Amino acid sequence: MSSRTAGGGRIDRSQPLRFTFDGNSYEGCAGDTLASGLLANGVHLVGRSFKYHRPRGILAAGSEEPNALVTVSRDAARYTPNLRATQVELYDGLIAMSQNRWPSLRHDIGRVNDLFSRFFPAGFYYKTFMWPRTAWKALYEPVIRRAAGLGSAPTRPDPDRYAQRYAHCDVLVVGAGPAGIAAALAAADGGARVMLCDEQAEFGGSLLGDVAAHIDGDDGRAWVERSIAALRLNTRVTLLARTTAFGYFPHNLIGLNERLTDHLSHPTQGQPRERLWQVRARTVVLATGAIERPLVFPGNDRPGILLAGAGQTYLNRYGVRVGTRVVIVTAADAAYQAALDLHDAGVVVAAVADVRQAPSGALPEAVRLEGIHVIPASTVLGTDGDLRVSRISLGRTDNGSVRAAQSFDCDAVLMSGGFTPSVHLFSQSRGKLEWNEKLQAFIPGRSAENERSAGACRGVFGLAEALADGATAGAAAAGAAAAPEPRASSRRFLVEAEAIGSDTYLGALPTATPPSKDKSFVDWQHDVTTKDLALATREGFQSIEHVKRYTTTGMATDQGKTSNLNAMAIVAQKLDVTLPQVGLTTFRMPYTPVTFGSFAGISRGDLFDPVRTTPTHAWAAANGAMFENVGLWKRARYFARAGENMHAAVARECLAVRNACGIFDASTLGKIEVVGADAAEFMNRLYINSWTTLGVGRSRYGILCRDDGFIYDDGVVARLSDDRFHVTTTTGGAPRVLAMMEDYRQTEWPDLKVWLTSTTEQWAVIAVQGPRARAVLESLVEGIDISAAAMPHMSVGRGLICGIPMLLFRVSFTGELGFEVNVPADFGAAVWEAIYASGQRHGMVEYGTETMHVLRAEKGYIIVGQDTDGTVTPDDAGLTWAIGKTKTDFVGKRSLQRESMKASNRKQLVGLRPRSAGVTLEEGAQVAAKPGQRPPMELIGHVTSSYASSVLGYSIALALVAGGRAKIGQTVYVPMPGGDLEVEVTSPVFYDPTGARING
Amino acid sequence: MLLIVCPYCGKRPELEFTYGGQAHLARPVEPAELDDQAWTDFLYMRTNIKGIYAERWRHARGCGRFFNALRDTTTDHFLSFYKTGEPMPDIAAAKASAALGNRALPENGK
Repeated sequence: MSSRTAGGGRIDRSQPLRFTFDGNSYEGCAGDTLASGLLANGVHLVGRSFKYHRPRGILAAGSEEPNALVTVSRDAARYTPNLRATQVELYDGLIAMSQNRWPSLRHDIGRVNDLFSRFFPAGFYYKTFMWPRTAWKALYEPVIRRAAGLGSAPTRPDPDRYAQRYAHCDVLVVGAGPAGIAAALAAADGGARVMLCDEQAEFGGSLLGDVAAHIDGDDGRAWVERSIAALRLNTRVTLLARTTAFGYFPHNLIGLNERLTDHLSHPTQGQPRERLWQVRARTVVLATGAIERPLVFPGNDRPGILLAGAGQTYLNRYGVRVGTRVVIVTAADAAYQAALDLHDAGVVVAAVADVRQAPSGALPEAVRLEGIHVIPASTVLGTDGDLRVSRISLGRTDNGSVRAAQSFDCDAVLMSGGFTPSVHLFSQSRGKLEWNEKLQAFIPGRSAENERSAGACRGVFGLAEALADGATAGAAAAGAAAAPEPRASSRRFLVEAEAIGSDTYLGALPTATPPSKDKSFVDWQHDVTTKDLALATREGFQSIEHVKRYTTTGMATDQGKTSNLNAMAIVAQKLDVTLPQVGLTTFRMPYTPVTFGSFAGISRGDLFDPVRTTPTHAWAAANGAMFENVGLWKRARYFARAGENMHAAVARECLAVRNACGIFDASTLGKIEVVGADAAEFMNRLYINSWTTLGVGRSRYGILCRDDGFIYDDGVVARLSDDRFHVTTTTGGAPRVLAMMEDYRQTEWPDLKVWLTSTTEQWAVIAVQGPRARAVLESLVEGIDISAAAMPHMSVGRGLICGIPMLLFRVSFTGELGFEVNVPADFGAAVWEAIYASGQRHGMVEYGTETMHVLRAEKGYIIVGQDTDGTVTPDDAGLTWAIGKTKTDFVGKRSLQRESMKASNRKQLVGLRPRSAGVTLEEGAQVAAKPGQRPPMELIGHVTSSYASSVLGYSIALALVAGGRAKIGQTVYVPMPGGDLEVEVTSPVFYDPTGARING
Repeated sequence: MLLIVCPYCGKRPELEFTYGGQAHLARPVEPAELDDQAWTDFLYMRTNIKGIYAERWRHARGCGRFFNALRDTTTDHFLSFYKTGEPMPDIAAAKASAALGNRALPENGK
């Protein structure tokens, strides 16, 4: 008998599809999943388990599938591992492969792990493979990692597009089973804007696998089609199939992942593969259903052993018989419907073994009437069969003892332990779960968001009840919305379906198997058995959070959908506490895995981060600039002339600046205007310097500390008028300095009359530095006297340059005579070119940030964030002179008074000069007082900046060294892999210590 | 992503704001008068409440102003937003007001 039925199901037999699995060709039908297509071809072996490499088959029909993880590839770049075969929609030409096996699925050498399984219990890696220590990294870990596992990662960048959008609605209904559809209908009746989503390609949920139910006179599935058609006509309703609600975020933001092309044989070029929705819903209705629970008994993981509802779904929805001779083991009524359906389709149901003592009710009766053997008080002692189950050995429970009973030959086993309400999203919303003793389940209790649950996900299992529950929830959700003309839902549903009891079973079935031989699986995907859980409790793990992590139960990609409750029940029994006392672990998003692409959206490549460019960017690019990223800015690092590497270019640029002059784009530095009658007072309270003594037209090197006393930022501050300060900051520091200023201005000193404006992007800043700097600018400026007498170092004035309004600073970060020309940014490029042209006859050279770094280091000027790290005080950096001595308070002053902030052995800024020629220290290298140490060494500091200096002819470095200033002249050591480097501690000022050149 | 109601601009998504830490911490007027322990407490010690917490937010990508909020740290629901300088609202009154549906986020009321 073929596995595919001649008729029935929702597949289209007239549309055959060809697909391959592990290189073998098969035929399926439109509407199949990969799982149903394989089962239709009699293929049950689909994978090898994670740790023991046991042969595994398909367990379920939905997203809860733990075993059938496959890799689907369209081409070398479109390659997705770890997909659940039950969710892969079949298309013509689909190529799929099994995982975690070598050389093949049927003959996997990893099977040896199963033979030696007693050496690989839970947590084995905490106890074994420890000696010798070096072997772990080189040998054990790589082998163990290769041996265990899931699929392999793709090796090419993802070429597909992923879209994102936002949506708002009145009512978002998650799940389009009977409760969800009823909720959507009721909410739409109430005039609400409704969104209805379901992870499956078809709406209908549990009704899709149910041929017995009738609603309002229709077959359940026809009722689904009618209802969806009605909803589709409603312009206020959005229907999203193939859309998983994967995360519930605060304030009713729900993340949806919509799959657009994975089911298509030939997706349209450019069509996004997936779409991420961020939905802000006024009310959420969770109709997420319930997941059937497997039974825990020895040998419960062989291929051919499935959940009863899955067996029913494969038959009724996909027209696939999962076996020819089936035994059903159940503790709940629902599996009896599966027995009836399979029997009607010609499958031999050898027996229904019921765990309960005396199963009764309409369904068990109907099964007995068909002549199917129903065996009460049953348990399972074991199963046989290697690549497919072949036999099941039942036991009989009798007042606590277990004795052997009948065995049956079979090629499939269907099991049902009852249903676990799906409370994942409710839990993510931080709602409080309640243990329901009658249902033996956790169900939603008090909501934390504007949300309500309906149907099986809150323990309402019967079809009629679920429909009514959904309608109530939908109407209430719409009522809560400000709908234009709310109408109460008057929907009632006429349901014909067998009443189902709420019997359920948690934990391991009674067994007579000795523990050492008992391979009863609890978590299929992570190969966790009852033995592992017992081991964890024996070793003292009592919190479920510890047991989970120690055994890894519930931590696989299926997040314990079929295992969590059974695991908890087993732990509760071992610890002799109630299940609610054991507690639940936290549910986290995503409900099922979501592609990285979905989250990235368009933020890839050039669109990953904004790029900020300066006014002279185009000129620099055209003139050989090699750019570096400074935050989001592109800055020219050096300008390479023919045949130059960075070292050569920087050597040339440095010499040119000091001998003639250089031109440099400093536009990226932050600029903040501090304006108002109390501007000076504000600056005085904030920066360490004294500002009230700064005259108009003068500037000062300012340092900003936080109240913890550590340097936060620095920059030259100019006083443009009594009530106007032009504050500069480091490139990276501009936003946070402004934020800090606003914090104090708004919340500490709101009565000061001062306002702050960021002008970073308003001014282009062109630095002209070197002995020829004045000569270059003289011919270009108007309305300002830039002679040495009229414009001393650290002064500022206004004028025109090439007719453009200019703010001119006499300031230097190089230690040479220098100016910084500020013009409105739109004129920056033109003014740069004019200065450059004028400068050519003076030997002017363009230079980049690397040269800028070297020249300032030669002068011992710090760069905040490079030579400081948030733990450096002004005194540590040798900047005590900058503190306004008469100020009673400023931000940071109180902290500087602490004893520890004045200790003499604090790390202080010094220079380091290697004793050997040609040695350049590495930035970050550690400094030691004594040579020849072995780890752990006694270290006294580290190198913060280090450069080869073409100007000085040797390499220099700045470093923070404990008690550094007292060590000037002494020798210290920089330990490196090749040996200790001897260095001399020097003053941080290597070049022109008297400052004669800068004052020229 | 939280929805935050700036007292000046209205309800905006969390992306537009930066967090400002615990509210109602005034910088001591005379820091020199504090001993080291008191100064350290001001710098570093903060309450860590499981429940209603008074905190600051800044509408950094909007009007740029600081303001205060009462937030329940167990649910991330806001009870109240109020301007810098205004006193912290009475928590019991804010809770009662929220329960009645007069929350800062009217759409979230039941």
